[in-house]
Amino acid sequence: MIALYPLAALGRAVLALLAAIGRFAIFTGQTVSHLVRPPFYPREFGQAMMQIGYFSLPVVGLTALFTGGALALQIYAGGARFSAEAVVPQIVAIGMVRELGPVLVGLMIAARVTSSIAAEIATMKVTEQIDALVTLSTHPMKYLTLPRVLAATLVMPLLVGVGDIIGIYGGFLVGTERLGFNAATYLKNTADFLELRDIVSSLAKGAVFGFIAALMGCYYGMNSTRGAMGVGRATKGSVVAAAVLILAANFILTEAFFAL
Amino acid sequence: MIRLTDIHKAFGSNHVLRGVNLHVPRGTSMVIIGGSGTGKSIALKCILGLVTHDSGTIEVDGQDVRKGDRDAFLARFGMLFQGGALFDSLPVWQNVAFRLMRGSLKRPRAEAREIAIEKLRRVGLKPDVADKLPAELSGGMQKRVGLARAIAAEPEIIFFDEPTTGLDPIMAGVINELIREIVTEMGATAMTITHDMTSVRAIADNVAMLHDGVIKWTGPVAQMDNSGDPYLDQFIHGRATGPIEAVR
Repeated sequence: MIALYPLAALGRAVLALLAAIGRFAIFTGQTVSHLVRPPFYPREFGQAMMQIGYFSLPVVGLTALFTGGALALQIYAGGARFSAEAVVPQIVAIGMVRELGPVLVGLMIAARVTSSIAAEIATMKVTEQIDALVTLSTHPMKYLTLPRVLAATLVMPLLVGVGDIIGIYGGFLVGTERLGFNAATYLKNTADFLELRDIVSSLAKGAVFGFIAALMGCYYGMNSTRGAMGVGRATKGSVVAAAVLILAANFILTEAFFAL
Repeated sequence: MIRLTDIHKAFGSNHVLRGVNLHVPRGTSMVIIGGSGTGKSIALKCILGLVTHDSGTIEVDGQDVRKGDRDAFLARFGMLFQGGALFDSLPVWQNVAFRLMRGSLKRPRAEAREIAIEKLRRVGLKPDVADKLPAELSGGMQKRVGLARAIAAEPEIIFFDEPTTGLDPIMAGVINELIREIVTEMGATAMTITHDMTSVRAIADNVAMLHDGVIKWTGPVAQMDNSGDPYLDQFIHGRATGPIEAVR
């Protein structure tokens, strides 16, 4: 019998994992289903757009600016090993638009927005505000989850677009001011090298990452346990899960858009 | 009005409710007393559908609470939560008028604000409180805002979950008086959960004692002191010895 204990433990872990996946799938399905079922809360949606979109601009801008600059330096230094310093504008553009822009913006949003959504909703849960919503004839999924998820999904492509532009600008600044590139040539090379598919994939990734980031915040917040520890766990869990799912989704989307 | 029949509820191996039977007639104030963790709040939450009971039936006006239009059902209720459960991000007046700004009871914004201020006045708060955030108020004021929110849409049934917990005796007295006045004035049916025997005597028409998952005693508040029930007797006199174990 003792020999079976590890198997039993493994079985319990697998069952728990499957149950968690099932709960998350149901939560996702319910969220999406509320998209087409009134009532809707435009005021909450507007506030979520401001919180997730507008107030994230500084962090997105700074992250992209420094990343673009560092990328230009790295490509220049690395390219020098095989006399390919001239490709800095093209690689910065493709690197920012295809990968670094959406992924870094996604991760920054996971840190800033997912954590804040999870902490806010978890606190509402432990202080019975979610129960209060129900007694006031307001569906918590419609009032709390849907506006945030919808806002994040719609606003993230814009944030990624802004991040892409600022990242390229960071590379341009370093390229022209530090590495001696001609400004007009740098811009021409950037514009010539980028394809529509690069931009579309970047914005599509933004939408998917926004959906994931907000959904994980809401899911962990709504399923938090009691007390301050529950809020802390929900916040931590939401950020970790959002970050991992964003990276996994990035791989899948890259495969879908650019697989040979 | 409200009838609970053989209600059972368990969380894993913890059987909180083991066959609760209770009847609350229309227009009366029922107070449920009992030790901490005996399932009083769970019973209220089962009625509202916030917690799903495992078995038994709960009827409001003969209608099973699990059936029918849920929005219409909830529109009949108001609830004061133990901690107030005010929405942090909304100013006080929007908390009070929450139900009046959404759904079937939606009114124009100005009218909803006017009603909110009137309800705040009804619970003894000045209009200048209306634009503050809940975090800027004291515990007693938050409780009164919660009370104003519970009565804002003039519900038929009002639940009060430990309305005086954490308040000083004077503020507790004010809240008790308000609850009694509001229930009498509105002709509402009320269910209150409390440990505070002063509240019980101030608020209740009828009392039910919940212990070990069942109603041990129920009857008019006037008969509470001479019930002859050892559980109720120990509880209302706060004795450490008796059939209720001090360590549960």
